[in-house]
Amino acid sequence: MSASLHRREVVAALLAERGDLLVVAGLGASAWDCAAAGDHPLTFSLWGGMGQATMMGLGLACARPRRRVLVVTGDGEMLMGLGALATVGVQGPANLAVVVLDNERYGETGMQPTHTAHGVDLAAVAKACRFVRTSTVTREDEVPGLRWAIHEAPGPLLAVVKVLAESPPLVLPPRDGALLKERFRGALLQQPAPSS
Amino acid sequence: MDSGVTQVAYVPDAGHKRLIELCHAEPRMRAVPLTSEEEGVGLTAGAWLGGVKSVVLMQSSGVGNVVNALAMARECRFPLVMLVTMRGEDGETNPWQLPMGGAAAAVLEAMGAEVHRADKPEDVAPTVRTAIVRAYDAHAGETAVAVLVAQLVIGVKRFVEVSG
Repeated sequence: MSASLHRREVVAALLAERGDLLVVAGLGASAWDCAAAGDHPLTFSLWGGMGQATMMGLGLACARPRRRVLVVTGDGEMLMGLGALATVGVQGPANLAVVVLDNERYGETGMQPTHTAHGVDLAAVAKACRFVRTSTVTREDEVPGLRWAIHEAPGPLLAVVKVLAESPPLVLPPRDGALLKERFRGALLQQPAPSS
Repeated sequence: MDSGVTQVAYVPDAGHKRLIELCHAEPRMRAVPLTSEEEGVGLTAGAWLGGVKSVVLMQSSGVGNVVNALAMARECRFPLVMLVTMRGEDGETNPWQLPMGGAAAAVLEAMGAEVHRADKPEDVAPTVRTAIVRAYDAHAGETAVAVLVAQLVIGVKRFVEVSG
Protein backbone atom coordinates (compact mmCIF):
# COMPACT_ATOMS: atom_id res chain seq x y z
CA MET A 1 0.00 0.00 0.00
CA SER A 2 1.51 3.34 -0.98
CA ALA A 3 1.44 5.83 1.87
CA SER A 4 1.31 9.60 1.66
CA LEU A 5 0.87 10.61 5.29
CA HIS A 6 3.72 12.17 7.29
CA ARG A 7 4.07 10.61 10.74
CA ARG A 8 4.93 13.86 12.50
CA GLU A 9 1.83 15.59 11.13
CA VAL A 10 -0.42 12.68 12.06
CA VAL A 11 0.88 12.49 15.64
CA ALA A 12 0.71 16.27 16.07
CA ALA A 13 -2.93 16.19 14.93
CA LEU A 14 -3.82 13.23 17.18
CA LEU A 15 -2.22 14.85 20.25
CA ALA A 16 -3.55 18.37 19.61
CA GLU A 17 -5.65 19.62 22.54
CA ARG A 18 -5.09 16.28 24.21
CA GLY A 19 -7.03 17.14 27.34
CA ASP A 20 -6.53 14.52 30.03
CA LEU A 21 -5.33 11.83 27.61
CA LEU A 22 -2.67 9.45 28.97
CA VAL A 23 -0.07 8.44 26.36
CA VAL A 24 2.41 5.57 26.06
CA ALA A 25 4.89 5.98 23.20
CA GLY A 26 6.59 2.88 21.78
CA LEU A 27 10.34 2.94 21.34
CA GLY A 28 11.99 4.59 18.37
CA ALA A 29 10.39 6.99 15.93
CA SER A 30 6.98 6.86 17.62
CA ALA A 31 8.53 8.25 20.81
CA TRP A 32 10.34 10.95 18.82
CA ASP A 33 7.04 11.86 17.10
CA CYS A 34 5.31 12.27 20.46
CA ALA A 35 8.23 14.36 21.76
CA ALA A 36 8.02 16.56 18.66
CA ALA A 37 4.35 17.15 19.45
CA GLY A 38 5.45 18.47 22.85
CA ASP A 39 7.08 16.78 25.85
CA HIS A 40 4.37 16.10 28.44
CA PRO A 41 4.45 14.57 31.93
CA LEU A 42 1.57 12.28 30.99
CA THR A 43 3.44 10.82 28.02
CA PHE A 44 5.52 7.79 28.99
CA SER A 45 8.17 7.26 26.30
CA LEU A 46 9.87 3.90 25.94
CA TRP A 47 13.56 3.79 25.02
CA GLY A 48 13.63 0.00 25.27
CA GLY A 49 11.32 -2.84 26.20
CA MET A 50 10.40 -3.43 22.57
CA GLY A 51 7.01 -5.12 22.36
CA GLN A 52 5.79 -3.78 25.71
CA ALA A 53 3.99 -0.55 24.70
CA THR A 54 0.52 -2.05 24.29
CA MET A 55 0.82 -4.01 27.54
CA MET A 56 1.77 -0.82 29.37
CA GLY A 57 -1.28 0.83 27.85
CA LEU A 58 -3.44 -2.06 29.02
CA GLY A 59 -2.11 -1.86 32.57
CA LEU A 60 -2.70 1.87 32.66
CA ALA A 61 -6.17 1.68 31.08
CA CYS A 62 -7.31 -0.94 33.60
CA ALA A 63 -5.85 1.03 36.50
CA ARG A 64 -7.51 4.32 35.46
CA PRO A 65 -10.80 3.29 33.78
CA ARG A 66 -12.15 6.86 33.72
CA ARG A 67 -9.20 8.17 31.71
CA ARG A 68 -8.57 7.64 27.99
CA VAL A 69 -5.28 5.90 27.23
CA LEU A 70 -3.50 6.12 23.87
CA VAL A 71 -0.60 3.91 22.80
CA VAL A 72 1.35 5.35 19.86
CA THR A 73 3.74 2.81 18.41
CA GLY A 74 5.29 1.45 15.25
CA ASP A 75 4.67 -1.66 13.18
CA GLY A 76 7.92 -3.33 14.24
CA GLU A 77 7.25 -2.72 17.92
CA MET A 78 3.68 -4.01 17.57
CA LEU A 79 4.80 -7.11 15.70
CA MET A 80 7.18 -7.98 18.55
CA GLY A 81 4.32 -7.93 21.05
CA LEU A 82 1.54 -9.42 18.94
CA GLY A 83 0.32 -11.55 21.85
CA ALA A 84 -0.58 -8.33 23.65
CA LEU A 85 -3.42 -7.80 21.18
CA ALA A 86 -4.97 -11.11 22.27
CA THR A 87 -4.47 -10.21 25.93
CA VAL A 88 -6.10 -6.79 25.42
CA GLY A 89 -8.97 -8.43 23.55
CA VAL A 90 -9.70 -10.67 26.53
CA GLN A 91 -9.67 -7.76 29.00
CA GLY A 92 -11.60 -5.48 26.64
CA PRO A 93 -10.80 -2.04 28.12
CA ALA A 94 -13.21 0.49 26.59
CA ASN A 95 -10.78 3.35 27.29
CA LEU A 96 -7.75 2.01 25.38
CA ALA A 97 -6.69 3.06 21.88
CA VAL A 98 -3.64 1.80 19.99
CA VAL A 99 -2.36 3.73 16.98
CA VAL A 100 0.24 1.90 14.90
CA LEU A 101 2.29 4.25 12.73
CA ASP A 102 2.96 1.76 9.96
CA ASN A 103 5.85 2.69 7.67
CA GLU A 104 6.40 -1.00 6.89
CA ARG A 105 10.00 -0.58 8.01
CA TYR A 106 12.36 -0.96 10.96
CA GLY A 107 13.16 2.73 10.78
CA GLU A 108 15.84 2.87 13.49
CA THR A 109 18.01 0.09 12.06
CA GLY A 110 18.26 0.85 8.37
CA MET A 111 14.70 0.77 7.00
CA GLN A 112 14.54 -2.99 6.60
CA PRO A 113 11.02 -4.15 5.62
CA THR A 114 8.76 -5.45 8.40
CA HIS A 115 6.12 -8.12 7.94
CA THR A 116 3.55 -5.42 7.14
CA ALA A 117 5.53 -4.64 3.97
CA HIS A 118 4.60 -8.16 2.90
CA GLY A 119 0.91 -7.68 3.57
CA VAL A 120 0.55 -8.66 7.24
CA ASP A 121 -2.49 -6.65 8.37
CA LEU A 122 -2.29 -5.52 12.02
CA ALA A 123 -5.82 -4.05 11.97
CA ALA A 124 -7.17 -7.42 10.89
CA VAL A 125 -5.17 -9.13 13.64
CA ALA A 126 -6.64 -6.73 16.20
CA LYS A 127 -10.16 -7.34 14.90
CA ALA A 128 -9.62 -11.09 15.19
CA CYS A 129 -8.44 -10.45 18.78
CA ARG A 130 -11.82 -8.86 19.66
CA PHE A 131 -10.87 -5.18 19.40
CA VAL A 132 -14.27 -3.52 18.92
CA ARG A 133 -13.06 -0.77 16.59
CA THR A 134 -10.32 -1.24 14.00
CA SER A 135 -9.36 0.77 10.95
CA THR A 136 -6.61 1.49 8.45
CA VAL A 137 -6.03 5.18 7.85
CA THR A 138 -4.41 6.26 4.59
CA ARG A 139 -5.76 9.78 4.01
CA GLU A 140 -5.35 13.06 5.82
CA ASP A 141 -9.10 13.64 5.96
CA GLU A 142 -9.46 10.47 8.07
CA VAL A 143 -7.20 11.74 10.86
CA PRO A 144 -9.75 14.01 12.62
CA GLY A 145 -12.17 11.08 12.87
CA LEU A 146 -9.44 8.96 14.43
CA ARG A 147 -8.66 11.71 16.92
CA TRP A 148 -12.34 11.85 17.86
CA ALA A 149 -12.48 8.08 18.30
CA ILE A 150 -9.39 8.08 20.55
CA HIS A 151 -11.11 10.53 22.88
CA GLU A 152 -14.73 9.43 22.62
CA ALA A 153 -15.42 6.02 21.07
CA PRO A 154 -15.73 2.84 23.14
CA GLY A 155 -12.70 0.63 22.63
CA PRO A 156 -10.49 -1.19 22.62
CA LEU A 157 -9.57 0.51 19.38
CA LEU A 158 -6.65 -0.13 17.04
CA ALA A 159 -5.88 2.02 14.01
CA VAL A 160 -3.12 1.33 11.55
CA VAL A 161 -1.97 4.61 10.04
CA LYS A 162 0.01 4.06 6.86
CA VAL A 163 2.85 6.59 6.88
CA LEU A 164 5.77 7.38 4.60
CA ALA A 165 9.08 5.62 5.28
CA GLU A 166 10.91 8.79 6.29
CA SER A 167 13.16 9.83 9.17
CA PRO A 168 12.31 13.33 10.36
CA PRO A 169 14.90 15.20 12.47
CA LEU A 170 15.30 13.70 15.94
CA VAL A 171 13.31 15.23 18.77
CA LEU A 172 14.09 13.22 21.87
CA PRO A 173 12.10 12.79 25.09
CA PRO A 174 13.93 12.52 28.42
CA ARG A 175 15.79 9.22 28.51
CA ASP A 176 15.96 8.67 32.27
CA GLY A 177 13.34 5.96 32.78
CA ALA A 178 12.96 6.53 36.52
CA LEU A 179 12.39 10.23 35.91
CA LEU A 180 9.74 9.48 33.27
CA LYS A 181 8.00 7.15 35.71
CA GLU A 182 8.10 9.54 38.64
CA ARG A 183 6.87 12.56 36.76
CA PHE A 184 4.04 10.54 35.16
CA ARG A 185 2.90 9.20 38.54
CA GLY A 186 3.31 12.62 40.10
CA ALA A 187 1.17 14.30 37.45
CA LEU A 188 -1.49 11.59 37.48
CA LEU A 189 -1.74 10.52 41.08
CA GLN A 190 -0.81 13.43 43.31
CA GLN A 191 -3.81 15.05 44.87
CA PRO A 192 -4.11 18.77 44.20
CA ALA A 193 -3.08 20.77 47.24
CA PRO A 194 -6.10 21.56 49.42
CA SER A 195 -7.20 25.15 49.03
CA SER A 196 -7.03 27.11 52.24
CA MET B 1 -5.49 -8.16 50.25
CA ASP B 2 -3.61 -6.41 53.04
CA SER B 3 -0.66 -6.17 50.65
CA GLY B 4 -2.65 -3.75 48.48
CA VAL B 5 -2.23 -5.95 45.40
CA THR B 6 -5.35 -5.83 43.25
CA GLN B 7 -4.10 -7.34 39.99
CA VAL B 8 -2.63 -10.78 39.29
CA ALA B 9 -1.33 -11.59 35.82
CA TYR B 10 -0.29 -15.08 34.86
CA VAL B 11 0.78 -17.67 32.39
CA PRO B 12 -0.62 -20.74 34.13
CA ASP B 13 1.49 -23.30 35.94
CA ALA B 14 0.04 -26.29 37.74
CA GLY B 15 1.67 -25.01 40.92
CA HIS B 16 -0.41 -21.81 40.71
CA LYS B 17 -3.69 -23.55 39.83
CA ARG B 18 -5.49 -22.91 43.11
CA LEU B 19 -4.19 -19.35 43.40
CA ILE B 20 -5.39 -18.52 39.89
CA GLU B 21 -8.84 -19.89 40.71
CA LEU B 22 -8.99 -17.85 43.90
CA CYS B 23 -7.98 -14.67 42.05
CA HIS B 24 -10.68 -15.15 39.43
CA ALA B 25 -13.24 -15.75 42.19
CA GLU B 26 -12.29 -12.60 44.15
CA PRO B 27 -14.31 -9.62 42.90
CA ARG B 28 -11.76 -7.07 44.14
CA MET B 29 -8.97 -8.76 42.18
CA ARG B 30 -8.34 -8.37 38.45
CA ALA B 31 -6.94 -11.63 37.06
CA VAL B 32 -5.21 -11.20 33.70
CA PRO B 33 -4.20 -14.26 31.65
CA LEU B 34 -1.19 -13.55 29.43
CA THR B 35 0.07 -15.16 26.24
CA SER B 36 3.69 -14.83 27.37
CA GLU B 37 5.29 -13.92 30.69
CA GLU B 38 6.97 -10.76 29.37
CA GLU B 39 3.53 -9.20 28.95
CA GLY B 40 3.30 -9.24 32.73
CA VAL B 41 6.23 -6.84 33.03
CA GLY B 42 4.63 -4.21 30.79
CA LEU B 43 1.23 -4.73 32.40
CA THR B 44 2.69 -4.30 35.89
CA ALA B 45 4.54 -1.14 34.82
CA GLY B 46 1.48 0.43 33.21
CA ALA B 47 -0.68 -0.46 36.19
CA TRP B 48 1.83 1.18 38.55
CA LEU B 49 1.84 4.35 36.43
CA GLY B 50 -1.87 4.35 37.25
CA GLY B 51 -1.35 3.52 40.94
CA VAL B 52 -2.28 -0.19 40.95
CA LYS B 53 -0.12 -2.94 42.50
CA SER B 54 0.30 -6.27 40.68
CA VAL B 55 1.85 -9.70 41.01
CA VAL B 56 2.92 -11.89 38.06
CA LEU B 57 2.73 -15.69 38.27
CA MET B 58 4.89 -17.88 36.08
CA GLN B 59 6.70 -21.19 35.82
CA SER B 60 10.49 -21.16 35.82
CA SER B 61 10.51 -21.68 32.03
CA GLY B 62 8.78 -18.31 31.77
CA VAL B 63 11.76 -16.55 33.34
CA GLY B 64 13.48 -16.95 29.98
CA ASN B 65 10.69 -14.96 28.32
CA VAL B 66 10.93 -11.88 30.54
CA VAL B 67 14.63 -11.02 30.22
CA ASN B 68 14.59 -7.96 27.95
CA ALA B 69 11.47 -6.62 29.63
CA LEU B 70 13.39 -6.75 32.93
CA ALA B 71 15.80 -4.22 31.43
CA MET B 72 12.91 -1.76 31.21
CA ALA B 73 11.81 -2.51 34.77
CA ARG B 74 15.35 -1.93 36.01
CA GLU B 75 16.05 1.28 34.09
CA CYS B 76 12.75 2.80 35.20
CA ARG B 77 12.93 1.24 38.67
CA PHE B 78 9.45 -0.17 38.19
CA PRO B 79 8.27 -2.41 40.99
CA LEU B 80 7.72 -5.99 39.85
CA VAL B 81 6.78 -9.09 41.85
CA MET B 82 7.22 -12.47 40.17
CA LEU B 83 6.03 -15.66 41.85
CA VAL B 84 7.95 -18.39 40.05
CA THR B 85 7.07 -22.03 40.55
CA MET B 86 10.15 -24.10 39.84
CA ARG B 87 10.59 -26.97 37.41
CA GLY B 88 13.79 -28.81 36.72
CA GLU B 89 14.56 -29.45 40.38
CA ASP B 90 14.47 -32.59 42.53
CA GLY B 91 12.23 -35.22 41.03
CA GLU B 92 11.78 -33.57 37.60
CA THR B 93 10.72 -36.13 35.02
CA ASN B 94 10.92 -33.89 31.92
CA PRO B 95 14.56 -33.27 30.98
CA TRP B 96 13.56 -30.31 28.79
CA GLN B 97 12.77 -28.42 32.00
CA LEU B 98 16.29 -28.76 33.39
CA PRO B 99 18.17 -25.96 31.54
CA MET B 100 15.80 -23.09 32.34
CA GLY B 101 15.03 -24.39 35.82
CA GLY B 102 18.73 -24.49 36.57
CA ALA B 103 19.37 -21.02 35.13
CA ALA B 104 16.30 -19.15 36.42
CA ALA B 105 17.84 -17.66 39.57
CA ALA B 106 21.07 -16.64 37.83
CA VAL B 107 19.19 -15.06 34.93
CA LEU B 108 16.98 -13.04 37.26
CA GLU B 109 19.94 -11.89 39.31
CA ALA B 110 21.92 -10.99 36.19
CA MET B 111 19.08 -8.66 35.22
CA GLY B 112 19.10 -6.99 38.62
CA ALA B 113 16.10 -8.69 40.17
CA GLU B 114 16.19 -9.60 43.84
CA VAL B 115 15.71 -13.36 44.25
CA HIS B 116 14.14 -15.05 47.28
CA ARG B 117 13.45 -18.76 47.68
CA ALA B 118 10.65 -20.60 49.41
CA ASP B 119 11.82 -24.17 50.01
CA LYS B 120 9.12 -25.23 52.45
CA PRO B 121 5.36 -24.67 52.33
CA GLU B 122 5.46 -22.54 55.47
CA ASP B 123 8.03 -20.24 53.81
CA VAL B 124 5.74 -19.21 50.96
CA ALA B 125 3.41 -16.69 52.61
CA PRO B 126 6.05 -14.74 54.56
CA THR B 127 8.46 -14.72 51.62
CA VAL B 128 5.80 -13.41 49.25
CA ARG B 129 4.78 -10.79 51.78
CA THR B 130 8.40 -9.66 52.06
CA ALA B 131 8.76 -9.59 48.26
CA ILE B 132 5.74 -7.33 47.80
CA VAL B 133 6.97 -4.91 50.45
CA ARG B 134 10.46 -4.87 48.92
CA ALA B 135 9.24 -4.33 45.36
CA TYR B 136 6.92 -1.47 46.27
CA ASP B 137 9.19 0.16 48.83
CA ALA B 138 9.25 3.79 47.74
CA HIS B 139 11.86 4.66 50.37
CA ALA B 140 14.44 2.05 49.39
CA GLY B 141 13.64 2.47 45.68
CA GLU B 142 11.17 0.35 43.75
CA THR B 143 12.64 -2.84 42.31
CA ALA B 144 12.01 -6.21 40.69
CA VAL B 145 11.71 -9.12 43.11
CA ALA B 146 11.22 -12.81 42.37
CA VAL B 147 10.12 -15.56 44.74
CA LEU B 148 11.19 -18.99 43.53
CA VAL B 149 8.91 -21.66 44.97
CA ALA B 150 10.73 -25.00 45.13
CA GLN B 151 9.39 -27.83 43.02
CA LEU B 152 9.06 -30.03 46.12
CA VAL B 153 6.69 -27.48 47.66
CA ILE B 154 4.37 -27.71 44.66
CA GLY B 155 4.74 -31.43 43.98
CA VAL B 156 6.41 -33.18 41.09
CA LYS B 157 4.56 -33.54 37.81
CA ARG B 158 4.25 -37.17 36.68
CA PHE B 159 3.79 -38.27 33.09
CA VAL B 160 1.78 -41.49 33.01
CA GLU B 161 1.20 -42.99 29.59
CA VAL B 162 -1.98 -44.86 28.87
CA SER B 163 -0.99 -48.26 27.55
CA GLY B 164 -2.83 -50.16 24.83
